[in-house]
Amino acid sequence: MARVATTRRVAISTISAWLVGFLIFFPILWMVLTSFKTELEAFAVPPSFLFFHWTTENYATVQERSDYVHHAINSIIIAGGSTLIALLIAIPAAWSMAFAPTKRTKDVLLWMLSTKMMPSVGVLVPIYLIWRDFGLLDSRIGLVIILCLGNLPIVIWMLFTYFKEIPKDILEAARMDGATISRELIYVLTPMAVPGLASTLLLNLILAWNEAFWTLNLSTLQAAPLTVFIASYSSPEGLFWAKLSAASTLAIAPILVLGWFSQRQLVRGLTFGAVK
Amino acid sequence: MGQITLQDVQKSFGPVHIIKGADLDIANGSFVVFVGPSGCGKTTLLRLIAGLEDVSGGKILIDGKNVVDVPPAKRGLSMVFQSYALYPHMSVRGNIAFGLKMAGLAKQEINRKVEAAAATLNLTPYLDRKPRELSGGQRQRVAIGRAIVREPKAFLFDEPLSNLDAALRVQMRLEVTRLQKQLGTTAIYVTHDQVEAMTMADKIVVLNGGKIEQYGTPIELYEKPANLFVAGFIGSPKMNFISGDAAGQHGASTIGVRPEHLKIASNGQGWPGTIAVAEHLGSDTFLYVDAGPIGTLTARHVGELGLASGDRVSLSPDPGRIHRFDDKGSALRN
Repeated sequence: MARVATTRRVAISTISAWLVGFLIFFPILWMVLTSFKTELEAFAVPPSFLFFHWTTENYATVQERSDYVHHAINSIIIAGGSTLIALLIAIPAAWSMAFAPTKRTKDVLLWMLSTKMMPSVGVLVPIYLIWRDFGLLDSRIGLVIILCLGNLPIVIWMLFTYFKEIPKDILEAARMDGATISRELIYVLTPMAVPGLASTLLLNLILAWNEAFWTLNLSTLQAAPLTVFIASYSSPEGLFWAKLSAASTLAIAPILVLGWFSQRQLVRGLTFGAVK
Repeated sequence: MGQITLQDVQKSFGPVHIIKGADLDIANGSFVVFVGPSGCGKTTLLRLIAGLEDVSGGKILIDGKNVVDVPPAKRGLSMVFQSYALYPHMSVRGNIAFGLKMAGLAKQEINRKVEAAAATLNLTPYLDRKPRELSGGQRQRVAIGRAIVREPKAFLFDEPLSNLDAALRVQMRLEVTRLQKQLGTTAIYVTHDQVEAMTMADKIVVLNGGKIEQYGTPIELYEKPANLFVAGFIGSPKMNFISGDAAGQHGASTIGVRPEHLKIASNGQGWPGTIAVAEHLGSDTFLYVDAGPIGTLTARHVGELGLASGDRVSLSPDPGRIHRFDDKGSALRN
């Protein structure tokens, strides 16, 4: 009797897991499917799920009309650059707060997070003016700076929680062994924090890759990443669902592949310290 | 060289005074043990010497040079931690070599020294393993190897054996003592275990409530404890304390007699009492005797004694071995 109940429970949870997974995945699937439809079929009611006229013409048009490679390179530079700079700043910051906390450490952490509570649009005008005066509009470096600043609080918070899990004794042992602070960071702390660092890096990369507010507002052509490339298909002549989907599929493909290959590392990092 | 001198060293965390002025002179090559109950400040004092904590006042001299502003890396000391604190991502070789690498030694030199240290500690077969693949005793050895390979001015041990099982602890105790004598390097060893303190130390520092109660050789502490605290802390089983009339007869407010200095007779002179519990270890017999107004006394007899609980005995102290204390708890000397 008990065994039947257990089997049924396993079956139910398996089915619900698949269901939830499918629900989350569905928009992406729909986007990929739509990208292979003609514009007419793309907004047909009722929509056809699989039995439509499959075509790759959207991809050809998208490539013809705008330069995918140019935008992809911009995305790589902006997401990668902002992530690397954020890590370079965040590692020492998180280190000092995790291992040499003061009375105000908690306040500092909360203050940093509070900057994320304000909607970005609230500072759009001042940022735009500053970027204009410094000649940073539509430049990759300008986008790297703004995305780095925007994600820095999250990066510091994540690293801070990972670093807190590392026993203080080991760092003290390194200090007794004659390591200076920089060597302690390079040889002892960083290698021990690799899972945490990797998941922070990945998450930040994804956030920066998909960031649309600042990239749309601060770039036009030169520095425009893939988000701008996608957005260009929703204006001004009207919506082109199939082409928009094709552009979106192309835009998320690199990060999807990266996420797929690093999912083990990502899960390990996100559940770090939860299980001994 | 490794002479360490503390001059009025103080440490407070906010309003809490952990170390209330410690003066100490540790001779080069000696093995000094800090012992005391938990929270007495012994680990803090060690960490102050290591440089892992900053002093709030006073001076720490290593070979005559004040090091209070010198970072731990530059003090020339090495430390063995209670948790071993091995680098989990490095092999045993990497762990032992780390300090030498930081000192910028040549690769060949590092290899030679690491292999010599590993041979001394029977770690040669494990050099390429990671710490998680080692047993507790082996990890402890790696931690010691990491400390000795740097040829420091002094070793600092922070309760290094407390995570080992009893048999291994006795074995490692011997090994650490032997190693220290062989190397002739100054060692400071923190423990709460008075047996470790008595067996390993050239000199013992007894700490209580952030103050040094007494500093002396194990036998000095045993034979001439400076006060009630030291008398009660050193020796196992604990010293018997008797106050009231029995103490007054000796001109003291409290007298102390060690269990091994009580003569056990079935009748006759001394304090009469009834055995509450008798422990037979074969080599020793411990009696816990209910001695009426005197209180409960512990007596130790070497060898087996055919007595059981409920038997009447009388206990008489060895007159030359009675410790006398005044009403403040300080020892009275003749």
